[in-house]
Amino acid sequence: MKAKLAALPMSYRLAVTSRVLAAVFGGYLVAALASVTLTLWLPLNRAEAVVTGMTVSFLVYLVAVLWCFACRTAWSAWVGLLVPSVILATVSGAARGLGLA
Amino acid sequence: MKEGFRQAMAWLHTWTGLVFGWLLFAIFLTGTLAYFKDEINHWMQPEIPSRPLDAAASLTLAQTYLQQRAPDAPSWQITLPDARDPGISVSWQQAPARPGERGRFTEKILDAQTGAEVPVRKSFGGEFFYRFHFQLQMPYPWGRWLATSAAMVMFIALITGIITHKKIFKDFFTFRPRKGQRSWLDGHNAVGVLVLPFHLMITYSSLVIFMAMVMPASLLVSYGSDRSAFYDEVFPEAPTPERAGIPATLPAMAPLLARASEQLGGGNVARVTVINPGDANASVQVARASSDRITYEYGNDVTFNGVSGQILDATPAKPLPMAIAGSFYGLHIGHFAGPVLRWLYFICGLAGTAMIGTGLVIWLGKRQLKHAKTGVMPFELRLVEVLNIASMAGLIGAVAAFFWANRLLPLSLDGRANWEVNTFFIAWTLSLVHALLRPGRKAWVEQLTLAALLFTTVPLLNALTTAHHLGVTLAQKDWALAGFDLTCLAAGLLLAWAAWKMQRAAHTVRVEKTRRETTRPITLEQGTR
Repeated sequence: MKAKLAALPMSYRLAVTSRVLAAVFGGYLVAALASVTLTLWLPLNRAEAVVTGMTVSFLVYLVAVLWCFACRTAWSAWVGLLVPSVILATVSGAARGLGLA
Repeated sequence: MKEGFRQAMAWLHTWTGLVFGWLLFAIFLTGTLAYFKDEINHWMQPEIPSRPLDAAASLTLAQTYLQQRAPDAPSWQITLPDARDPGISVSWQQAPARPGERGRFTEKILDAQTGAEVPVRKSFGGEFFYRFHFQLQMPYPWGRWLATSAAMVMFIALITGIITHKKIFKDFFTFRPRKGQRSWLDGHNAVGVLVLPFHLMITYSSLVIFMAMVMPASLLVSYGSDRSAFYDEVFPEAPTPERAGIPATLPAMAPLLARASEQLGGGNVARVTVINPGDANASVQVARASSDRITYEYGNDVTFNGVSGQILDATPAKPLPMAIAGSFYGLHIGHFAGPVLRWLYFICGLAGTAMIGTGLVIWLGKRQLKHAKTGVMPFELRLVEVLNIASMAGLIGAVAAFFWANRLLPLSLDGRANWEVNTFFIAWTLSLVHALLRPGRKAWVEQLTLAALLFTTVPLLNALTTAHHLGVTLAQKDWALAGFDLTCLAAGLLLAWAAWKMQRAAHTVRVEKTRRETTRPITLEQGTR
């Protein structure tokens, strides 16, 4: 694909860059939030919950990255990460509010 | 990326694989060598003699030595010999000259039978490959971050590779030799699928090993800035009493071994730590060998009072999440593996390395074909070619150079261990320069030939520079030393074969290239899907 690079329009390159950024940073955000949510909601003692959350987070990261490149547009890549991020942040916030953490 | 899911995944596979391929090749190759870390250590420090194992006798020798040489040290560390590591290692840290400073750290290797200090050559041995494969010779913590990021990319490349490769089992039985680009692809798929469980395990576990560093969010939320509280809960350690300042005799520690083994469920003991030896508040920590079971547990030990011998504390059994994380760790490092399984680990690691290498070759080969007619390669393809040569053939040659340096550098050289490492990097840099200066094919052939020459002659070099040549080691059944020589010989022969194939391909490719380019361009395009 690089060989064809000269023929590719600027908008395509920007879209790819946007997807890469979404995958690396947005994906990390979702993974980190997922680990926090799991840690706060799992009925385990805190050390065990932390270890479980961290162990699972990489699977979430993987799925998030795949999503960024599988979806139709670069915009939907960002939306598809930000929506779960907001939900996860709310759910972990709720755990704090309920005094689970 | 509009073409559909599988094409999108193929795109991701191609580009993650290219950008991180060179680094991953180095991580996989050095990591694979690290499975034989102890054997490489043994070869690189052949002065340490192999003796029949007797843990109690070894511990007594270590204790006698330390009581003479370091009676006032705040702590002693004793590592007992095992089947793979023949010497007793004793180390201690001197009390600091001024408070707040770190005391001088000394390590000595003792003969497991006589207890005499063995004058060993300075070398990092296999430890160098082990450290490099996750620290990449970079300052802490950057190397670990980069290596773990590469592992995440590897994870993505693996999964996208599986998705891309729809006919996973059908294609596995398809190997079309001597078909150029096709054969590379078939080889890539075969090694990829054959050891797929290993690839998934090794990649995912590498993420788990450094998870507290790279994914600390949940840790920070639960513990705030007090990270040590987390580690205290995960790896509970017995609080060791403060120094009393009253002298007391440390009794013979050998009987503690059997008692510790009983406490640890019949495990083997690997390491003994004595805190405040010769003090009324001395304590002795006896830690089990990590080769005992799959789950790797940091600090699985029994603590004794160093005067009365009373048990102060034993590590409790781990809860399930920690046991799972510990199992991933243990599976990754493979300390539990016996000789057969260790070789299987080694072969799987080589298969992983080969999978990455063939992937890089395919990427370039497919794009080179488009420029075969003009014979002029665009800059980016030439760059990939040079990096392919230096990162694969160059790295293999550098490993051989590291072994050669171990035998040829003078024993009295200042910073000798560092010079071995420097030789490795100098050789690697030279291979990059060479790849830049020579045409691609020729650079491949020349570097592979040189690496083949260096590896095949390792047994000869060993025979000329030490008394531990194959005639002796085979007769003594010292499989670590003999195995090292023989493995180098086999590696050299394999590299010679690769160089020969490369040389022949260079002759035939010119004739075939134009024909294939015009008749089957569509098949080649599909070949990567």
